[in-house]
Amino acid sequence: MTVHLAILPILIPLVGGLLMLLPPFAGVERYQYRRVAALCLMLAQIGCSIILMLMVVQNGAIMYAVGDWQPPFGIILYADQLSAMLVALTSFLGLGVTLYSFAGSDREGKYFHPLVQFQLLGIYGAFLTNDLFNLFVFFEVLLIASYTLLIHGGGKQKTAANVHYVILNLIGSSLFLFALGTLYGITGTLNIADMSQRVAQLSESNQLIAQAGGSLLLIVFGLKAAMLPLHFWLPRTYAAASAPVAALFAIMTKVGVYCIFRVYTVIFGEQAGELANMIQPWVWPLAILTVIAGTVGALASQNLRTLAGNLVIVSVGTLLIAFALRTPEATAAGLLYLIHSTLVTAALFLIADMLGQQRGKALDYFVVARKTKQQALLGVLFVVAAMAVAGLPPFSGFLAKLVILQAVTGTEQKIWVWSVILISSLITIIALSRAGTTLFWRCTPSRDASETPSVSKWQMCATFLLLGASPLLAIFGASIIDYTNNAAAQLHDIPYLIEVMNLEGDIQ
Amino acid sequence: METLYVICVGVLTFCGVFLCLRGRTFSVVVGLTMLSYAVNLFLFSSGRLNLKDAAILGMSDSYADPLPQALTLTAIVIGFAMIAFVVILAMRARADLGNDFVDGREAPDSDKFIKPNKDKI
Repeated sequence: MTVHLAILPILIPLVGGLLMLLPPFAGVERYQYRRVAALCLMLAQIGCSIILMLMVVQNGAIMYAVGDWQPPFGIILYADQLSAMLVALTSFLGLGVTLYSFAGSDREGKYFHPLVQFQLLGIYGAFLTNDLFNLFVFFEVLLIASYTLLIHGGGKQKTAANVHYVILNLIGSSLFLFALGTLYGITGTLNIADMSQRVAQLSESNQLIAQAGGSLLLIVFGLKAAMLPLHFWLPRTYAAASAPVAALFAIMTKVGVYCIFRVYTVIFGEQAGELANMIQPWVWPLAILTVIAGTVGALASQNLRTLAGNLVIVSVGTLLIAFALRTPEATAAGLLYLIHSTLVTAALFLIADMLGQQRGKALDYFVVARKTKQQALLGVLFVVAAMAVAGLPPFSGFLAKLVILQAVTGTEQKIWVWSVILISSLITIIALSRAGTTLFWRCTPSRDASETPSVSKWQMCATFLLLGASPLLAIFGASIIDYTNNAAAQLHDIPYLIEVMNLEGDIQ
Repeated sequence: METLYVICVGVLTFCGVFLCLRGRTFSVVVGLTMLSYAVNLFLFSSGRLNLKDAAILGMSDSYADPLPQALTLTAIVIGFAMIAFVVILAMRARADLGNDFVDGREAPDSDKFIKPNKDKI
């Protein structure tokens, strides 16, 4: 069993999702069956990903050759500390999303739970694969699931947002294939570890072609990650999606960021000869501009969901800054921030939805409307989420931003990063406090609130789960930073990767 | 042969990109289809173009790279599914939004809005 541990996170949602389409679980009225199955699957995935993480910490990275075709020829899954951590994070988020959907949004269509499973399958796959074409395939799996999840429930707004999202991502997929064709034509391999060896030995004319291919890949990953100027689709898409789906999408931008970290550290990293760190001069200004664009967007948002969408962009920009610093310490800080921002922005989408349910037609728009029924509960949740996302102590956002700021070396970089991150945090606080005052304090005289539905226990359970991780991340900060440090060191250690892949001496 | 191939891929890509930039879903869908044809051809050529070479070792003096063929097959299947999805989505958008503009409404700088009273003048 432990031999196949690396592929289990992919197999469980695949088989589970398919089974949920079959008779005992299929059918509109059988939704209870599907819920039980989805819950069991999520628990199985969490258990499996935690075991995977422990195994990787104990025995080092795992290489899994699918069909026993050894590298560099077969499709290789590669679970190191970084992948295992992200798989665990995704499964945890998946559990929160599944629990939240039990409150009713999974009954808007009969395929919600299978689709969530397929979405998770694609995300796990993208994190675990070590083959560029396989990465493309998993991208398509997670994308086609996200297309259908986004439109789940139907409605004008969702359709309009989905048209943009689908068209943009289809163009992105075409670019991905162009980039893969270019890189394969030059290096003759698709295995990331193998390619990292071959890129260093290209002739001068071929280097240019490889650079073109690598830059095309940046556009693709930038589109997925919502990097400026490819971020315009995000706030509208996330605001249109139903709450659990938007919360699940919080990890999707991180898939793009992860691919940037992986590809441009391993293939075009330090050891790539002439092409070493070739995208760094591009990513550096774009990262700072992404933070600024997200912050301005947050200030201009008309409702809480759009605000949360813009905060996702801010988090992507901050992660790209951590990437652009190109040191293992900065990567480790970025990974901590990644865990924090995924969980907290996901929780913010859920809170926006619960607020919307109790404010009648005003939904989560920042307008004067009737008072929410459970003012205290929602208020506390909102304040905790806002403080965590803005980076105030004692929550995880503070710790994560502090570690990123500490990882910056060099005076010029310090000036840029410190000012951008701190000012953006300040503006985020302003935007969130403006949102909070309108949502909670500017109310019309209250009418009888007995018709307003209360927050269901599932919703509360899911939000507590995701939001509760924030103080926990801060309390166990030392051990988590320890883990991310090891994960980042492993990511930057290319000779180790080559050794695990048995590729030494492959190149003459 | 290479020149002809390059021109084919280039023209297909050009048409695909041009059509993707149009404002109506129909032309965008056709553009996406062309783009996926172009990318399939491009991917196929990444294993170098050669005639009469088998993709099996020992069947001929030189052999063709089988991997791009497999990649192209996968890309065709995925591309086909995606195009099918986007066609259905475009029809759904036409029904839901009442028009076939990508933005869900006509662009404000179109002729209709710039010259609203053309007939009366």
